[in-house]
Amino acid sequence: MVSDNGRMCDSGQSLRRFLRGLPGVDEVGARARADALASRSVKADSKRAAIDLAISMIDLTTLEGQDTPGKVRALAAKARRPGFGAPPVAAVCVYPDLVPVAAAALAGTGIHVASVATAFPSGRAALDVKLADVKSAVAAGADEVDMVIDRGAFLSGRYQEAFDEITAVRGACSGAHLKVILETGELGTLDNVRRASWLAMLAGADFIKTSTGKVAPAATLPVTLVMLEAVRDFLAFSGRRVGVKAAGGIRTAKDAIRYLVLVNETAGQAWLDPRFFRIGASSLLNDLLMQRVRMETGRYSGPDYMTVD
Amino acid sequence: MRFEYAPAPEARSIVTLRDSYGLFIGGEFTAGSSVFKTISPATEEVLAEVTHAGPEDVDRAVAAARQAYERVWSVMPGRERGKYLFRIARLIQERARELAVLETMDNGKPIRESRDTDVPLSAAHFFYHAGWADKLSYAGFGPSPRPLGVVGQVIPWNFPLLMLAWKVAPALACGNTVVLKPAETTPLTALLFAEICQQADLPPGVVNIVTGDGTTGQAVVAHPGVDKVAFTGSTAVGKEIARACAVSGKRLTLELGGKAANVVFDDAPADQAVEGIVNGIFFNAGHVCCAGSRLLVQESVAEEVLGALKRRMAALRLGDPMDKNTDIGAINSRAQLEKIAELASSGEAEGAERWSAPCPLPDRGFWFPPTVFTGVSQAHRIAREEIFGPVLSVLTFRTPAEAVEKANNTPYGLSAGVWTEKGSLILWMASRLRAGVVWANTFNRFDPASPFGGYKESGFGREGGRHGLEAYLDVPGGGDV
Repeated sequence: MVSDNGRMCDSGQSLRRFLRGLPGVDEVGARARADALASRSVKADSKRAAIDLAISMIDLTTLEGQDTPGKVRALAAKARRPGFGAPPVAAVCVYPDLVPVAAAALAGTGIHVASVATAFPSGRAALDVKLADVKSAVAAGADEVDMVIDRGAFLSGRYQEAFDEITAVRGACSGAHLKVILETGELGTLDNVRRASWLAMLAGADFIKTSTGKVAPAATLPVTLVMLEAVRDFLAFSGRRVGVKAAGGIRTAKDAIRYLVLVNETAGQAWLDPRFFRIGASSLLNDLLMQRVRMETGRYSGPDYMTVD
Repeated sequence: MRFEYAPAPEARSIVTLRDSYGLFIGGEFTAGSSVFKTISPATEEVLAEVTHAGPEDVDRAVAAARQAYERVWSVMPGRERGKYLFRIARLIQERARELAVLETMDNGKPIRESRDTDVPLSAAHFFYHAGWADKLSYAGFGPSPRPLGVVGQVIPWNFPLLMLAWKVAPALACGNTVVLKPAETTPLTALLFAEICQQADLPPGVVNIVTGDGTTGQAVVAHPGVDKVAFTGSTAVGKEIARACAVSGKRLTLELGGKAANVVFDDAPADQAVEGIVNGIFFNAGHVCCAGSRLLVQESVAEEVLGALKRRMAALRLGDPMDKNTDIGAINSRAQLEKIAELASSGEAEGAERWSAPCPLPDRGFWFPPTVFTGVSQAHRIAREEIFGPVLSVLTFRTPAEAVEKANNTPYGLSAGVWTEKGSLILWMASRLRAGVVWANTFNRFDPASPFGGYKESGFGREGGRHGLEAYLDVPGGGDV
């Protein structure tokens, strides 16, 4: 069926018909399901395991205008050794110009260097500018690229344009992992979240990602639920397992564990792996560490014992 | 990686069980003729000894209710009655955890359900009806509608506290007094509710609670001092009660069994429809009179829906009802388990195909795995009889007209569900389905402001909303038999 994708996506009409033909999402029902899963109680050994798993899934992120090489080096140091015996995180995520710094600091650690690209966060630039952005990040050593979709094209129904752009970026990635940011906070409905998820997966995304973190709301449980259903269904459709990254607004260990429960009971345990589920966050790591110390010692150590990087 | 949830049991320590409970008559716990034991269906351990109310005990209860009616409750201004109901509602909230834990111990339902559904909805019913108590003149039943008198109420074991709230709150709001008989297997939350009545300083005799088996229920409904009878339970018992009340001048409302159709069209929101099917039949282990026990799925999507349903069912967590992560609890009694097992084996014998979720069952207690039957026809017993357990019968249809015909082809008519993204089809279906409640793109949603009740052999009378008040007021057409 994968070979069908190419043919189907040759013409904008058939892509449009396919996306419009996806089953609808009932928003009330999706929220109710997400709420129900959020009430799962994860304690003791399972909490301990979930905290370490969540740490290993973090894309430790800094995406500020004030980012400097010093800041990125500090973040990379934290990514390698979060402290208190915790495992390293999955990746460090930075703007393209800081990729060389991150790549140097993480060389040989197995921690990936992720770079946002394609005129992040708005995606408002000409295609050749976006592709140049991607190429420079990859050339500088990024092994993961977090692109944003063209929401303007998507929302005005020019699905083929959004699709072709992802395909072009995929080509410019030359082997780097491609995460496609849907920016669900700008898509308005869960029906659109499902359509955008399928569009990105058909165009070759390795990961679909909720948000840039620059738009509110960022990641939410109902949105992530719909995306997890999409990757589950896409595996059955194409035989390819696509990952999901929830990014933005996940700040506490409790939140992170809720996302893991969602993954576990929606897509299934095969996705409970940093190769297929990531959490984009910055302050989350310290809360996970604080909970980890609490599980080990029985006491809260307090934020002063966690490093700020 | 495997992500197993460690046991997360709710603490039982919040509940202080007495060894023995009396009958709550005239504001006091009093001794009765004999005693019986109530057990936890999840472990079969004895929880407490409860008093069996004989005919003379029921006499005392009705007399206490009559006295409270005449001297206190019927002459009290509505706004004063409302204050008591508000107080009870707040006490239910304050003692919510205690009530939820006790309900789960005695009934076997998951703590998640008693905590998130039964107890909050019970409080909501008291809050809602507290608001009506001083506004009955505006309910559309004339300028000053009168109460009926002493109400005899018999409730089932599937939602012990919630059914109590559905019965007691409107009765009290309208100015009636109550003799309530909880189910034999689940008396404990009603007895804790009696303590709440004491705590709220409710005048003695306004609420009386007599525990016992079917004979106690018979004594309540047949008592000549009872002006109105309200019953929720099986259709067979409902018919007996209707006979017992016939030409007695008593008002009667009955909320009986069901065999609801949950109709899934090919354009339904797929994942939410599967959740709705699961919620429709496996909520409270299918011990729900309005359970969506017949899945009518459009033939063009039957295979996909069934595949997704089985995948979802395999993720259901059956086990210790006190564990906060349990989805499916215990069957309430051995008798009920035997009835479910008997009907399930009839399904196999009659040629339907059985599939049960592969979940291990605990060694002790009463358990039945979530089960779905495919290849079911209208002629099979599992498509016609109420199973009242976690067993779903799947039938297919081709057109909306066929869906309506099949959905209505049952002696029952309590509820139905419609799943489609097409609004006009929802309205078309809803106007043709002969069921008291039709849910669209959801199932098993309850609200005190929304009337609930049946067609045909699912009973008559409504509970909740403005319509529900009619059953407890002396207005024409309020359920004369």
